[in-house]
Amino acid sequence: MPTVGIKRDLLFKALGRTYTDEEFDELCFEFGLELDEITSEKEIVSREQGDTKASDASDVILYKIDVPANRYDLLCLEGLVRGLQVFKNKLEAPRYRRISPVNGDPQKLIITKETAAVRPFAVAAVLRNITFTQERYDSFIELQEKLHQNICRKRSLVAIGTHDLDTISGPFTYTAKPPGDISFKPLNQTKEYTATELMSLYKTDSHLRHYLHIIEDKPVYPIIYDSNGIVLSMPPIINGDHSKITLQTKNVFIECTATDLTKAKIVLDMMVTMFSEYCSQPFTVEEAEVVYPDGKTCIYPELAYRKEKLSGEFINRKVGINESTEKIAQLLTRMCLLSRATGVGDEIEVEIPPTRSDVIHACDIMEDAAIAYGFNNITRTTPRAYTVANQFPLNKLTELLRQDLAAAGFTEALNFALCSEEDIADKLGKKISETRAAHISNPKTAEFQVARTTLLPGLLKTIAANRKMPLPLKLFEVSDVVLKDETKDVGARNSRRFCAVYYNKSPGFEVIHGLLDRTMQLLEVKSARGEGYHIQAADDSTFFPGRCAEIIVRGKTVGRLGVLHPDVINRFELTMPCSAMEIDIEPFLGHTAETLLTHDVPMQEVIKHKFPTPDESQQAPVSRPTSTKTVFGDVSTQVGLKALNDFLADKSYMEGFAASQADMTVFDAIPSPPSLTFCHLRRWYNHIKSFQRERARLPAAKRQFVLPAAPAASTNNASDDDDIDLFGSDDEAESAEAARVKERRLAEYAAKKSKKPALIAKSSILLDVKPWDDETDMAKLEECVRSVSMDGLLWGQSKLVPVGYGIKKLQIGCVVEDDKVGTDLLEEAITAFEDYVQSVDVAAFNKI
Amino acid sequence: MADSGVVETLLQRIEKADDGVDSLNVAASLGVDHQVIVGAVKSLQALGDIISADLRSSKHWELTVEGSEIAEQGSHEARVFSSIPLEGLAQSELMVENIEDQVREKLLQVQKGNFSQLDEKEKNELKKRKLLSEVTVKSYWITKGSSFSTTITKQETELTPEMIATGSWKEKKFKPYNFEAMGVAPDCGHLHPLMKVRTQFRQIFLEMGFTEMPTNNFIESSFWNFDSLFQPQQHPARDQHDTFFLSDPALAHEFPQDYLERVKKVHSEGGFGSQGYKYDWKIEEAQKNILRTHTTAVSARMLYKLAQQKFTPVKYFSIDRVFRNETLDATHLAEFHQIEGVVADYGLTLGDLMGILHQFFTKLGITKLRFKPAYNPYTEPSMEVFSYHEGLKKWVEVGNSGVFRPEMLLPMGLPEDVSVIAWGLSLERPTMIKYGINNIRELVGHKVNLQMVYDGPICRLDS
Repeated sequence: MPTVGIKRDLLFKALGRTYTDEEFDELCFEFGLELDEITSEKEIVSREQGDTKASDASDVILYKIDVPANRYDLLCLEGLVRGLQVFKNKLEAPRYRRISPVNGDPQKLIITKETAAVRPFAVAAVLRNITFTQERYDSFIELQEKLHQNICRKRSLVAIGTHDLDTISGPFTYTAKPPGDISFKPLNQTKEYTATELMSLYKTDSHLRHYLHIIEDKPVYPIIYDSNGIVLSMPPIINGDHSKITLQTKNVFIECTATDLTKAKIVLDMMVTMFSEYCSQPFTVEEAEVVYPDGKTCIYPELAYRKEKLSGEFINRKVGINESTEKIAQLLTRMCLLSRATGVGDEIEVEIPPTRSDVIHACDIMEDAAIAYGFNNITRTTPRAYTVANQFPLNKLTELLRQDLAAAGFTEALNFALCSEEDIADKLGKKISETRAAHISNPKTAEFQVARTTLLPGLLKTIAANRKMPLPLKLFEVSDVVLKDETKDVGARNSRRFCAVYYNKSPGFEVIHGLLDRTMQLLEVKSARGEGYHIQAADDSTFFPGRCAEIIVRGKTVGRLGVLHPDVINRFELTMPCSAMEIDIEPFLGHTAETLLTHDVPMQEVIKHKFPTPDESQQAPVSRPTSTKTVFGDVSTQVGLKALNDFLADKSYMEGFAASQADMTVFDAIPSPPSLTFCHLRRWYNHIKSFQRERARLPAAKRQFVLPAAPAASTNNASDDDDIDLFGSDDEAESAEAARVKERRLAEYAAKKSKKPALIAKSSILLDVKPWDDETDMAKLEECVRSVSMDGLLWGQSKLVPVGYGIKKLQIGCVVEDDKVGTDLLEEAITAFEDYVQSVDVAAFNKI
Repeated sequence: MADSGVVETLLQRIEKADDGVDSLNVAASLGVDHQVIVGAVKSLQALGDIISADLRSSKHWELTVEGSEIAEQGSHEARVFSSIPLEGLAQSELMVENIEDQVREKLLQVQKGNFSQLDEKEKNELKKRKLLSEVTVKSYWITKGSSFSTTITKQETELTPEMIATGSWKEKKFKPYNFEAMGVAPDCGHLHPLMKVRTQFRQIFLEMGFTEMPTNNFIESSFWNFDSLFQPQQHPARDQHDTFFLSDPALAHEFPQDYLERVKKVHSEGGFGSQGYKYDWKIEEAQKNILRTHTTAVSARMLYKLAQQKFTPVKYFSIDRVFRNETLDATHLAEFHQIEGVVADYGLTLGDLMGILHQFFTKLGITKLRFKPAYNPYTEPSMEVFSYHEGLKKWVEVGNSGVFRPEMLLPMGLPEDVSVIAWGLSLERPTMIKYGINNIRELVGHKVNLQMVYDGPICRLDS
């Protein structure tokens, strides 16, 4: 959060009254600011550099005020006062105007194409006939600095240059040149330097050195010249000395160069709206023309006022108040958002001024109404939602287990999830490459190199830090470690572990073993091979040879226990023998009746929402592979694999939204696990591999996906996988098409029924329609079925399923509105075609 | 404990004497150290009213080391005199022929205990010469007690199974307990204070009907941690200085594609009623894996999943670790636990958020709340929660809250009139206040003070 330092007396003078510190603090709180500190320059200097240096410093009282990070209009005295005065109804928000120069053409800034390589955008404006005082000048410089630090992201996105227009003459050229070709006298220097020299000169400058990296490695540096070849600035590093502004400057040329044009416009608007107050014609800004390399010209500053319309009811409903439309308009006007009730119902027209770039949605306007109303005047209410609480099963198990582990005499430790590579590898007698550790790319110290892969080092360090405590030390921790896992979307997952150590004059293997037995008792696992648990000797470099065992539960290894290797004990700066155990507790999660929450999200959307812009679904149809060889080439070759990889770049499955036999066919055709270079393919491969066990059941396991689509879809374009894929969409385009059709129909339908309140209960039904015999014309039968039409009934896809003796039944899906269409009604209507239909059964019925 | 012989002799003496005996006299006559008699008296006293002993003190004089030397060998002057041979001394005529060693004689008197024969002046003079010292002797005047007996029954220290079986406890006398002493510490394990507080917070959420979110994924993609929350890609929180990025696994490789497109759009172009941020949104930035900087990343996943079903109101919570690549100090670590509550329903208001926060904090024993407008990229309105601290006599920030922005919720596919309110706070801060810990390292991590863990009380947040 940016902090602005403002001289208290100047502030009070501008506000037209004085406040006690408490009163001003209160005002800030209400407005969403924070009076962070009351200090003076003297105090600051004294704190930072010692009393001796502070003796000359001013002891004028300074208010340090924290400003919300998106309110660039409050970053200087001028804006802050304007905001507060309007808020207190003492001032009307000024109207900022862009004007043309009284005589002659606007100032021109011509951008050359060379800038594209380094900093392609620029905007400019002129403040005409401005009167500076020392305070105004200081504030002008300070605002640039605040903007540079915040919205400009330390000048990387935008850099501001301000110049005394009377010392230079347009048109100005914004270009980029090799650093060796640039030479000028920079601000506050006495001689000329080349850009290369400047970069080394500023290496040691405590302020400027932070910006050098922005252009340092670029072949060309941005530079702005006037028509006489005078350098205005070398953004984003330094201005030229020639055009620097002084207290006497009357006309200011402001340029902002940028890598982000939107932000450049905002920054320019901020500069000119804040300081045009001091122009002879207050709040007017003289335009400047920017010419782009392609010849396009733009006039800046934009100073755009945007109008939004919203309803008073919206504000009342979102905030939880009940105010009249007029009152709400007044509230908004106090937040510098000039508003009026239009008279059309409860409509309010809100004008968003160029100073409020933070207002990008109606919710921002709603917040301002709430602030003006006073957050603390809003009645506190209770949400009515009835919900049943569930614990996350793994956490529930953890909580219960921890209680009993403490009851078993062990004390809980709580260690960091981050540690050094050494902790999880060298110190435990392992190689870092053997661990499945996730590595951090930007650790500030060695303590944060990796996420821990085991809880043991943390416990050993806890003992080392508590060696003065009486022996024995018995510690445990139940917490998460992180392991790389390619099957996860992020490539890693947590694993919940339980680790315990016993530290005493004797190793106490029996103590740890006893704790394991107790833990298994708590988890209801009997001591037995097969369905129970047992331990068996194992080799592990962390443990003393012959003193380590694997813990095997229901045939699976879940962890290890043993006496630690003396080298390990030494490396953790311990002196006594120590035994330890660590197990994964996730295998002990029982089954619960409730649906488990996981953080895995479905990668394909099941519900097609109505979004304002449906064009994302208008992708070119992807032709469906008939065999892996024809579409991707031979997938046993690199070329084929690459084609497959490209195909899978934006898809989870070969077709549709779930694994199907199509995936299995292609999977089987790939001779060996694909290399890491084919990341999409590898992701898919690993995923499909996980289906191997249930591959036979694949289609049946599929989610039901109802698509009321074109009827022809039933006579499926034949494919290898034998079409068990009843409701899977055929390909992306078709499903998108279907979705659009559905959407359109639903929209039409909704329009027709718009008077009715929303939320129509619907169900998807899958019907089995059986013919009389093998000679029944199934196409005709289907036609008949589809001819059944009712309000609230929508037919979906269908297919023929063999039932034996050459007889096939028709499986057909439909979506019905519960209130209008019942299954009885449907059955009755279909069985009416008694020439074709023998019987109708509901095969599946799902609420949607 | 005095040996029983002395105790018995002492009792016999007391029996013979009508009006009692003095412990000093007894010691003198028995030729034992006075302390032995004192010990016997104390052990008899402990047995009840066998004897009564009044403490009395008397002063007497004792020789110092130098004094006893003089008593033994004569005064320094006398010793000089006796060591001078007659013939060797010219001035011998001047000297008296005989000396009377008065100092020695006086000291000998004192040594015999007859110090009353010396007058005060003489004693003080000898005291000045550091030959005598005055000693205060405490002795007991011992008389028969109400239940005096020369035979003593041994007192039992503890009840034994045999006593219970035989009923012998009825005849026995039991040594009284010293109730001033501390008991023996139980041999037990202990839960960590921070985890005890976590348990209480879980309890509060469960009492309020909140379902726990699966937050067991420390590694998150920038997409879910930032982009899905409408946090722009140039936001300072996404800097190397604030967030831990991963080098391995460096990138997330799977996203819900349709949703990702909508997120991209709302950032770069706007939509869903928003102007957007209007910048060039890059998938490369969203793919970067990080250690999650808040559990809101999981909330985003949960809300997205919720949007994939028919909407029903939900209340979610989580308490888990988050990571910040920050500068460390006495109250900041690179990882801490974030407590988060989320409610999604049709038509929730800002008043509802304040109301639920009031209920939540009341359960923590905090009733005085007020709210300050604040800024957060993914909530609008955003409110900082302040509570009045009775000790500091000022308002202190206790948490952050807000209503999730439509730019976050609508691209997920949540119905337009559904609002989602949320709040968060750290677990460490209330724990440090609760347990009076000033340095966070004593609480979290391996430098924990285990004694503090051993001694920690149970956690009741509302008292």
